[in-house]
Formats: sequence, structure tokens, C-alpha cells
Amino acid sequence: MNVIVCVKQVPGTNEVKMNKETNTIIREGIEAIINPFDTYAVEEGVRIKEQTSGKATVISMGIPSVVDLLKETIAVGIDDAVLLSDRAFAGADSLATSYALSMGIKHIGEYDLIICGKQAMDGDTAQVGPGLAEKLNIPHTTYVRKIEEIREGYIRCQRMTEDGYEVIEMLLPAVITVVKEINEPRLPSLKGMMRSKKAQITVWTTDDIGADKSLCGLKGSPTQVVKTFVPIHDVKSEMMEGTPEEQASKLAKKLLSMQFAICQEEES
Amino acid sequence: MASIKIINEKCVGCRLCIGACPFGAMEMSNDRKAVILDNCTLCGACVSACKFEAIDFQKEEVSNSVDISLYEGIWIFAEQKHGEPESIAYELLGVGRTLADDRNTTLTAVLIGNRLDDACKKLIMQGADRVMVVEDESLDHYNDESYTDIFVQLIRENNPEVILMGATTYGRSLAPRIASRINTGLTADCTKLEIDPEDGKLLQTRPAFGGNLMATIICPNHRPQMATVRHKVMKELEPDDKRTGEIIRPEVTIPKDLKIKVKDVVSTICEMVPLTEADIIVSGGRGMGDPKNFALINELAEILGGAVGASRATVDAGWIEYSHQVGQTGQTVGPQVYFACGISGAIQHLAGMSSSDTIIAINKNPDAPIFKVATFGIVGDVMEMLPLLIKEFKAVLG
Amino acid sequence: MNYFLTEEQEMIQELAAKIADEKIKPVAIEYDEKGIFPRDIVKILADSDLCGVYIPEEYGGFGGGIFEMALVVEQLSRACGGIALAYAGTGLGTYPIILFGTEEQKQKFLPPIASGEKLAAFGLTEANAGSDAAGIQTTAVLDGDEYVLNGTKQWITNGGEADIYTVVACTNRAKGARGFSAFIVEKDTPGFSFGKKENKMGIRASVTSELVFEDCRIPKENLLSREGMGFLVAMKTLDRTRPGVASQALGIAQGALDEALKYSLEREQFGKTISSFQAVQHMMADMAIQIEATRCLVYQTCRHIDSGAKSISKESAISKVFASDTAMKVTIDAVQVMGGYGYMKEYPVEKMMRDAKITQIYEGTNQIQRNVIALELIKGIKTHK
Repeated sequence: MNVIVCVKQVPGTNEVKMNKETNTIIREGIEAIINPFDTYAVEEGVRIKEQTSGKATVISMGIPSVVDLLKETIAVGIDDAVLLSDRAFAGADSLATSYALSMGIKHIGEYDLIICGKQAMDGDTAQVGPGLAEKLNIPHTTYVRKIEEIREGYIRCQRMTEDGYEVIEMLLPAVITVVKEINEPRLPSLKGMMRSKKAQITVWTTDDIGADKSLCGLKGSPTQVVKTFVPIHDVKSEMMEGTPEEQASKLAKKLLSMQFAICQEEES
Repeated sequence: MASIKIINEKCVGCRLCIGACPFGAMEMSNDRKAVILDNCTLCGACVSACKFEAIDFQKEEVSNSVDISLYEGIWIFAEQKHGEPESIAYELLGVGRTLADDRNTTLTAVLIGNRLDDACKKLIMQGADRVMVVEDESLDHYNDESYTDIFVQLIRENNPEVILMGATTYGRSLAPRIASRINTGLTADCTKLEIDPEDGKLLQTRPAFGGNLMATIICPNHRPQMATVRHKVMKELEPDDKRTGEIIRPEVTIPKDLKIKVKDVVSTICEMVPLTEADIIVSGGRGMGDPKNFALINELAEILGGAVGASRATVDAGWIEYSHQVGQTGQTVGPQVYFACGISGAIQHLAGMSSSDTIIAINKNPDAPIFKVATFGIVGDVMEMLPLLIKEFKAVLG
Repeated sequence: MNYFLTEEQEMIQELAAKIADEKIKPVAIEYDEKGIFPRDIVKILADSDLCGVYIPEEYGGFGGGIFEMALVVEQLSRACGGIALAYAGTGLGTYPIILFGTEEQKQKFLPPIASGEKLAAFGLTEANAGSDAAGIQTTAVLDGDEYVLNGTKQWITNGGEADIYTVVACTNRAKGARGFSAFIVEKDTPGFSFGKKENKMGIRASVTSELVFEDCRIPKENLLSREGMGFLVAMKTLDRTRPGVASQALGIAQGALDEALKYSLEREQFGKTISSFQAVQHMMADMAIQIEATRCLVYQTCRHIDSGAKSISKESAISKVFASDTAMKVTIDAVQVMGGYGYMKEYPVEKMMRDAKITQIYEGTNQIQRNVIALELIKGIKTHK
């Protein structure tokens, strides 16, 4: 089975701290990493390729330095990696990203399954997986926590829901987005690290993949950020003072006087 | 092509833009002028930050726009289970109602499934002007393929201006598939939705970078404008059985021979009150010290008739199951009362509970971020405070 | 300090460090407390290709030497000296085969060790033969095509968990030190069983047991080198692997300093962090001095050995003595820096202190090492005359 895994580079920490006086972002050594959810996708891709003696390829859209990050995937067993990098891709929202990735994937060739992580830690939209499936005109299932069976033209998997899971069957080729319950990503092996040092990552531009520039990047993004601002938490906290007994007593009185469901308990 | 560049003559080297850039795509050159790097995503944050108008940002007019005047109406996707609308549907009607009134248009609930007469009535009672319902046995359970297909047929036939969906498991799968098929913009997890008084478009505000930054997003040239909203963020309207509305059964082709089949549905959570529905939640974090100390959390929750929540750290440490996790990668809750015990208040946790009406924080660190959002705070040791609180409430509630 | 590691050595170090921090640290205290053998860590090491780092390429290994093995042991020991021993102990049990094995023996026994599928152990010590290795009483008698082993080995690292054992037994009492021979014995050979598992002060995640031979028959092809070479096999092996113990001690010391340093920046007394107090600063400085000197010594000793140098006994002994004494001193000081907390089992340093002690004792006590060094010094003077 040939598997393609979509991977995104994100900032190393979500804890973007704000400088309260100037309302600006403090950037302290935030290095780039592979989106954590994507490491589960990579692991699943490697497992499927090992079980079916197939091939696993990673694809990503990003700036040229992402090449180094993609080498890490080679170290855990991915066979090949492709980076879509072009000025024209900059500023892409989920739709433009889905389009660009779909063109890149078409350029890679035949595949049975595409795996994405559940969501990216910076955008959190979780939209590219389904959006990509649509552009490729293949079925998709999100939040997959386990693949029960996979064979030529068929997959049966468990999709995590709010109160349990569903068992979904799909015809391949298809897209799945995975959650971290699906596996435990492996550490790289020494042989893998050596392979990754020597690996040549392919880099493609919009022209290489025949993408319509007007559908990529900012140009191809129907949504635009019109304003960014620091959220103001204007809640004034009331602190309970005194000895612990006094603090507990004050708090309890406050809550009980505030007409809550707690009080309704009392009445009934 | 969109472009952005620094007007060197106007740049004074104040560095405000460097601080404002969420992507680290700006830096100072040797002669103290701002320089834009390769990883610029053209988000425009620097433009707003610059006080000297030294950044020239040309937004490209997107050429494949549609005639937006042809689009009308606010639609919401009413998720349902076994013919019963999910509470997210009512919340969407709540915010949808305001949008429809501001836009002077109708609010339509789209309902897909089987045996939905009751559901139609309920949706009207809670704010819908119209319910567009598609019923078929094959649609009994949610299916990405058929629901997408039908919804898109409805969109193409009716051209709604706005579509709102829940950021639920199904919503987060359906919305992007639809948006991709009809090539329009979709904004996820909106915490605020308003109509721009100037030109009537939808202003979609959502948190970015785990909530440290808020972004307002628009979809100026494509229709419908689509947005998903998290559970418990918007408020439902009170049900009003005097409300009237229209029930429409449009003609659609029900797709057959699907590539996706739902074989089985398994329920694993046996909570009496699901966390997201509880009015009172008592949550524990790493500050509880030891998993066995969660017994105090359980006890307080029981006395108050509430549910038990937990921070991600405790779930990752194996102290409690994931179903109790509150936060960005857990559940979003908005109860009347939320107790944060031994929880520091990391932004990812706040993202899951900050819309609670009353937040009570107990933490021994007076600088813990949780105190910034708490209504009431106690600086103290949870192990000392919880037994005292349990005693206080037991005395009154028995 | 830059140790000028090659790219491959850096990769090995990086990978071992990652495993130490992500996989070993979280379980170290528990495995020590309960005396759990780290089978799961062994599997991770196997999957990472680190098990074969010191085994020649033609047998499925990476082709590195003692230095590469030491780099791995140091990193693993930073997280837990006991868990690291599953790996280091295997190295000790494997080196006799690498150094003295026939082609057939190497082809048979090295590949599964390189892949991490099998662990190894070295069986020399007995109840009456510790420092005085010549006191070995286990016998091996040739009977037709087989050797029959009888006797008991004591305090064998990986005993019971390893699959391949290199054992020294007496084949000719009359010849004294020349009467010992080394053999390869596989687990599950009839007549080969294990005695009790020891309850130790430290390195409790490492299993230490008796090997019991009762008319245990092994094929005569399992003799390593020739009859009478047993002592030499043992000595040459230990000379070579001693830097492994030294790097275990080095890793333990580094781990202890890291914990103490981190703690000193968090703990506040008298209105400031204890790292502000000169007394504490001086202790940590001394710890750092000792550790850096140890590292230089151990790395250089490894390079010396790997270069194919003929004379390595003195250097090997020096590195082991210095490193183990450093580990003991540093871990004691680490507990001191952490004060009351350092004494509590909840915190990792008391375990490190318990772990460090054995490095001054096994693979040749430091007293025997000093004997060796002195004798080498004297021999050196004499030959220069």
C-alpha cells in the first residue's frame, strides 16, 4: 500500500507570551517543530507501509527550511519527502492549502491512503484533511483512533466521537485524519538517522506541480485576517482573605447567595 | 499578486512590528530598518502595529469572486441524534437569531436525518424562522458523503449568505468538505460573530496561538460565508412555543452507492451527566499533588451535584480519563460554576472553560494565571481548602 | 567542551540521550523501587539500532568501538545507572566473543546481540572468587564432544535475563592461573539454571543472580580460544570494557549534578535561591570540575583503546578508579545540595548515590585497580632501565 502523510511545520510552543505594556508578542527562542498530531500520522503511515511492504511519502507546504524537519520523518521510516515551497503559497488559508497539497499529491502519483493529523497546533482549524479529500474527490473520515483493517481498495477504521466511537468503512483511495490515541510514535533508529542525513528532499514550486497560482496562497484564500488584537480579560477577581477557615466560609456564603443550581438542590 | 514592503523612509526602527508578528517573520537590519522575511504569511498584523505607516500592504483583489448580492439568509446546521436536536443546534440558533435580525433576513435551520417532525417544531421554538428538512432512512445516522452531497445541493439551490455549524466531530468534518466543494471560506471555532454595520458582511472572531491572540476574519468575496462555533460558547434562546415558522421539504436527490458506510456505533462513556451539560464542574489540576487526592474533587462535585473535570496534565499523567479533560484539546465547557483546584490556568485550559459564568480558583501560587479570569479566588493549599469547603457545603446542603 | 565527536558519534549520543530523557527518566524511580528489569527499554534500544553499536558490521552491528559503547552507556546512565546496565552488562558478556571468538562463534552469537534480540552476561565471579579470580571453583571437564560444567557463579549482572553467557571455569587445577578456560553457554541448556536474584543497595533495575551449573553439557565448539586461555580472555575483556563502567559512573555523576543544579535554582531560602549561596556554588563547581576531568579521561581512554594500542591495562584502570570515585563524591554532594529533599525517595538523587557505590566495587574493585596501576608503573620503570 502506498501511503502519503501530510505534515506541517508549526512554532515550537503555543505559549506565545504577550508583553503587556506594548501589546506585542514576545518571541523567545521559539523553534519550529513538526505539528505534534502529524507525528502520529507519520507513525501510522510507517506502520502501514511496514505491514503491507509498501511505500510511505511525506508531503508538506512551507518555507525552504522545512526541509530539515522533513528529514526527521525519514529517520523514523518514511521513504521519501516532498516540500511544496514557493512564494505563491504564502498566506494560504485552509482552502488554498487543500488545493496546493492536492496538486502536489497528484504530482506524486499513485496512492492508496492519505493520512493527516487531526489539527495543526497553530491554526487549530482541522480543515485541511476534509478539504484536501474534496479536492482529490475521494472519501474521508476524521478523528480516526484505530485502523481495524486495510487492504486493496478498502479500509475499516474507528472514528472517535464525543461519547465513544463509530466503525466506518471506506473505499480506497481515501483520506483519514488521526488522533493521538491511534499509536505511540517511535523514536528514530540509528540507521534511520544516517539515512535521513543523506536524504535528498524534493522541493517543488507551483510550476513544478502545475498549480494555478491564483488558487494558491493569499490569492487563493477566501478568508482574510482583518484585525488581530490581544484579548482583554476584564474580569476583576475577588480574593477571599483570612485564615483558611475564613476563606472557605466566605466563598461558600458568596456562592450560596448567588442563586445557583446549588440552591435549587437545597430546595428540592 | 499581494505584496508587502517596508517604506524605508518612514521606518524609524521602533521594532513594534517585529513584536507584533506572530510568525517571527520580521527583523531589524543593520541600519535599523525593519526587514520582512521569507516566512511572512501576509496576515497584516504588522500593519496595524506600525504607528508610522511605514508598511505598504497591497491586498490583491481576488478575481474569482461571485456576485454576492445574489446570496441571502442565515443558515445553521442543526445536528441531531435519533431525531433529537443536539444542544449545539440551539446555541447556533441563538447567535443566528441576532445575525438574522441585524441583517434583516431569515434564519433557517437545515435538518438532515430521519423522523424529524418533532425536531422541526423544537427548532422553531428556539429561534428558527424556517426549517429546511431532508428525511430518508439512509440518512438516519450522520454520513460525511451523503450529508455533504445533500447540503451542497441545498446551498446551490438557495444561495444562503451565511452558514453556521457546530465545531463538533461531525461539524468539523462536514463544514470543510462543503467549503472545499463550493470553494468558499470557512473560519473555525469562532467565539464571536457579528454583522459589519458598514457592509453587512460577517465578522468572524476566533482565538489564535492558543488564545493569546484574537483574530477577526472576513470572507469578503466568496459566498456563503461559513463558520464553525464551539459547544457552550454561544447562548441558546429560551424556548418559545408561541413562535411560528415554516417547515420546508425541498426536493433533493438522495445519494446512493456511497463509498463511506457507518458499520457500527459504540458508546463508551457512561456518565450520568455529560461534562459539557453540567451546571457545576469541579476540576482538578497538577496542584492536587497526587491522583488519590482527586477523591476530594469527587466529593465536592458530589455534594454540589456537579461533574468532575481535569486539566490536561492530570490526564496525561494517567490520574483520570480523557473524558474529563477540559481545555483546548479536551472539552469546552460553560457551566454556571467552575472550580479550578490546583490548576495554574494555562491558556490551553482557559480556552476550554473561560466562558463559565462564575469561576472559582484555588491555588497556592498568587501569580497563577487562573486568578486573572477567576470571579473568586483563594490563595491557599487545595489540600487544606477542599476539606473546609466540603464541610461548609455539607453543613448547608446536607 | 567540544570533544570533537564524529557525525556518527554525535548521532549515537543524541539518540541515546533522547531515549534516556524520554523513555528511561519517567520510569527510573519506579523500576528501582520495585526491582523491575527494563525489558521495555531493551526493546526500545533494540529498535533504535543502538545494541549493535560496538559490534562489527559483518555481524549486523554498527562497527563502532568502546568509545561508541561508552557514549551510549553515559547517556543512559544519566537517567538510570541500573537500567543502563542491561545494555552495558551485555557489552561485557559479548566482548569475549568479539575478541576471541572463532568465525563460526561470531556468526552464531553476535548477530542476535547486535539486533537487540538477545542479551549477554559475563560469568566470572564466585562466592570464593571475587578480587581473587584464581579462586574459581566452577569446573569444566571434557567428555567426548562436550564439556561438562559444574559450579555456581555469584552476582552475575543480567543473570536469568540474558540468553548468552560467557563463563570462566577451571579445566586444569594443576596449572594454576593457566588452568582456566572461557566458554559460551546458552540459556535453557539442560543443567544450567539460575539461583536467587539479589536484593541490592543500588542499580536495582539491574538483575544480579547466581548461575548454577549441574552437569551442564555444552558442545566443545563453545570453548572460546584454547584451554588455559580463560584468565587471559577475562583480563583482556575487562581491560577493554572497564571504560564502560567508567562511563556509567560518569553518566550517574552528570545526572546527579543536573538534578542538584536545577534544584538549586528553584529552592528558595532566606529570600533567595540557594544557588546564590557561595557554599552551594562551590560544591557544584567542584562537582563540575570532577565530572569534566572524568569525561576527558574516559573519552581519551576509549580512543586510546580503540586505536588498537597494545598496552591498555593501566589506562583502563585509571579511568575506572577516577570515574567511580567521582561518581561517589558527586552523588553524595548532590544529595547534600538538595538537603532534606535529596534524602527523600521521591527525588532521584538518593538513588543515584546508591547506584554510584557499585562502580567503585565491581569489574575490579578500586583497590585492585590501584594494585594494577602501581604494578604497571613499576613495570614501566623497570623496562626503561
